[in-house]
Amino acid sequence: MDIKVDKVQDSIGQMCPMPIAFMAKNMRTMEIGQVLEIEADDEGAHADIPAWCEQTGNEFLGEEDAGDFIRYYVKKTA
Amino acid sequence: MEDNNKATLVVLGGDMDKVFAAFTIATGCAAAGMDTTMFFTFWGLNALKNGNGTGDTMMGKMVGAMLPKDISALNPSKFSFGGMGRVMFSKMMKDKGVASLAELRQTCIDLGVHFLACKTSMDVMELRREDLIPEVEAVVGVAKMVAEASNSKIQLFI
Repeated sequence: MDIKVDKVQDSIGQMCPMPIAFMAKNMRTMEIGQVLEIEADDEGAHADIPAWCEQTGNEFLGEEDAGDFIRYYVKKTA
Repeated sequence: MEDNNKATLVVLGGDMDKVFAAFTIATGCAAAGMDTTMFFTFWGLNALKNGNGTGDTMMGKMVGAMLPKDISALNPSKFSFGGMGRVMFSKMMKDKGVASLAELRQTCIDLGVHFLACKTSMDVMELRREDLIPEVEAVVGVAKMVAEASNSKIQLFI
């Protein structure tokens, strides 16, 4: 996926709710328009990250399978 | 953001599993940008104790000695086995990368979750403000909880 990433969050090995907690903390420090990449291997995160985006009004750009984990891309729009 | 974008959780239970659920849900609410308040009452206060020995009267001191001294000592509601269950579940959670109760509580604090403690329960249990962690914002009564809950989208009783 050809996306310019501003910050990478390593959530590999973390279980719910920590990937979302760290995502919320990271997004608070970022500017509108910046992109956060979350690397996560928890199956719950697959539903949680898009759900969090929908609820908070941020944009879910997509995901990319990296084998042992998934890269999720979230753009700060709210 | 809507005016009532708030969540209120009443934490009555002091079991490891209930407190785990409460802090997990509160983390989710706060992470989603909700103004989140946790109201701790009765057994739930054990999740806020700082390890002090508590109690003034003889019975109060007995209660203090028998109850968990802090969050790391909470037992599960089932499979407690006199404390063995807590050790077992703690290990299983750690092995799977699940955050400990203390870590979850700290995550809530970091995300700005408000902790309120029930005054009446504190009086019954003979707990003083200084027996609770400093992050407890206020010692309050039911009217404060009702005021928060009536203005919240999510109200939970755990």
